[in-house]
Order: sequence, then structure tokens, then C-alpha cells
Amino acid sequence: MIQIQLNGKPYKIDEKMSVSDLLSKLSLTEKKVAVEINEEILPRENYNKKILSVKDKVEIVHFIGGG
Amino acid sequence: MEELIIAGKKYKSRLILGTGKYKDFKQTADAIHKAEVDIVTVAVRRVNITNTKEPMLVDFLDPKKITYLPNTAGCFNSEEALRTLRLARDAGGWNLVKLEVLADKETLYPNMLETLVALKVLKKEKFEVMVYCSDDPLLCKQLEDLGAAAIMPLGSLIGSGQGIQNKLNISIIKKNAKVPVIVDAGIGCASDASIAMELGCDGVLINTAVAEAKDPILMAEAMKFAVVAGRKSFLAGRMLKKNIANPSSPVNGLIS
Repeated sequence: MIQIQLNGKPYKIDEKMSVSDLLSKLSLTEKKVAVEINEEILPRENYNKKILSVKDKVEIVHFIGGG
Repeated sequence: MEELIIAGKKYKSRLILGTGKYKDFKQTADAIHKAEVDIVTVAVRRVNITNTKEPMLVDFLDPKKITYLPNTAGCFNSEEALRTLRLARDAGGWNLVKLEVLADKETLYPNMLETLVALKVLKKEKFEVMVYCSDDPLLCKQLEDLGAAAIMPLGSLIGSGQGIQNKLNISIIKKNAKVPVIVDAGIGCASDASIAMELGCDGVLINTAVAEAKDPILMAEAMKFAVVAGRKSFLAGRMLKKNIANPSSPVNGLIS
């Protein structure tokens, strides 16, 4: 297991996990979210390729109600 | 009614609704549908990791049928705003966004210096930017010169429901602008929306006045009619104001 920062909190994942793996582990639909890793946007075509490393700061966002 | 054109795209409705502060997503969607709007504003926030099964806005309002306009509400500098909108573009796959950089928590007044900085960067990155701004005609002109897709001056403070406090400025802004002018913030009731449209504005953006009405769905419908009425009234051209009475019925042929 390795530890990453997920939406501001420590989070443990298996080694060699891709962003796609993380999203499916969280039951999140790829199309409905956007992902930032270490303050850089990860284009969705790279969700499969991008393997998460120790201490990566991952942000997963979506649209909510707002004015 | 003639269509509203923003960044080359046509919209039937001149009313834009926010999606915040409603009781739940169903009420949000019901109000939006009742108002028959084409554009809604949305915020970008972290997914709740502890409960990813909770309902999402996109399950209630289909972004394929209604244009999502992501905002930067809650951002107090250009960096935060840019980060938010880059994420929004990636989440949605579209370029049209609402830039809103706030100055302080008390007034939620726009920080125009940071707004101008962010707008420049966003234009370089090929965004189409609708800009929440102060009602200063010179700053509004500057936004247009920098390539804003629409200018969105406040009528009064966000969520205050105080209506349009400086009608004169709003009309000057409209007169100077070649891009759409949309009154954003301050609309409290339907007549406020009509006034904005009668000043010649191209549209209004409303959230709290609908979401915090006793009956949000009914108010959503009222706003739809108010915007249409105000627009038609503007296009029709109002009568001249006079200081003396002028009878509406003929004075000839009175029985005496």
C-alpha cells in the first residue's frame, strides 16, 4: 500500500494503481469528474496510463449547484 | 423573441439561472425547467470521497441539453479562479465559463484587478469568458477590450435581493458595449428582472431570488415572463414622460 493525498486528506491505495483504477474503486464515473494531480490537470485520455505514486496530491472535482 | 448570442452561439432564453441554494437537486431541476432557460451556472467542488454514491447535479440536469456555465465562486484571487476553470473545462469539455474573482467575504464584491489578470490568461488559453464585474463603465469597457464574451455587472451585492442600485451605470455600460451585457447579482423579484431588460441589457443571471422564494418553481416562471416582458418593453420603446396629464379618451363628443 502507498499513501496519497486525495481531496486534501491522506488516502491509502494499492501500488501501481492508475487513475482509472482509483475512480472505479471510488465508484466514480470518469465522464462526470475532472482530475488534477499535483496541481496539474490530468487529461481524461491519460486516466488509464497515469500510475499514482507516493505523496501524489490528487484532486477529484465535479459540478455542483452554484450561482 | 430574437435570440441571445454569446461567443457566437445562439440561445433562446435571455434568463440564466444559478443552481445553488435549492432544497435539493429535484427542486433545482424543476425550477430550471419551468423557467425554460438554456444556460445554468454551476460551481466546481471536490467530490465527497466518503460518499460517492450521493446524487450529482448532472443526474438531474443533462449538460447535453442545457449549457453548463462553470463559475469561480469562492475564488479570491486569479490563481484560484484559473485553476478552477481549467478543471471545469476538463470536467465538461467546453470553453464557455463565468469568471468571478471576489474581493472580500462581507460584500462578495468583485476584485476587478485580479479579474483583469485572470481574463488575460483565460483568453490566451482559448476560453470564452463571461465576466462578473463591478458596475464601473470604464472597467467594463476594459473587459470587452480584453476579449470578454459577455459583461456581467452586479445590480447589487450577490444574494442581497436589493435590485438594480445604479441604473444609470448599467445603461452606460450597455450603451458602450458590443458584447452582451447581463445583469448578474442583486435581482430580488420579477420587476427587478424587467427593469434590467428595460435598461436594454441582453439578459439577467439570477439565483437567490428564485431559490429562496417561498415557491421557487413559481418564481422561476415569474422570472421567465419578467425577462420576456422587459425585453419586449425595451424593444417596443417606451412613451415619453410628461409632467402634465394627457387624457386617453377623446375629449370630443362628451355628453353634457
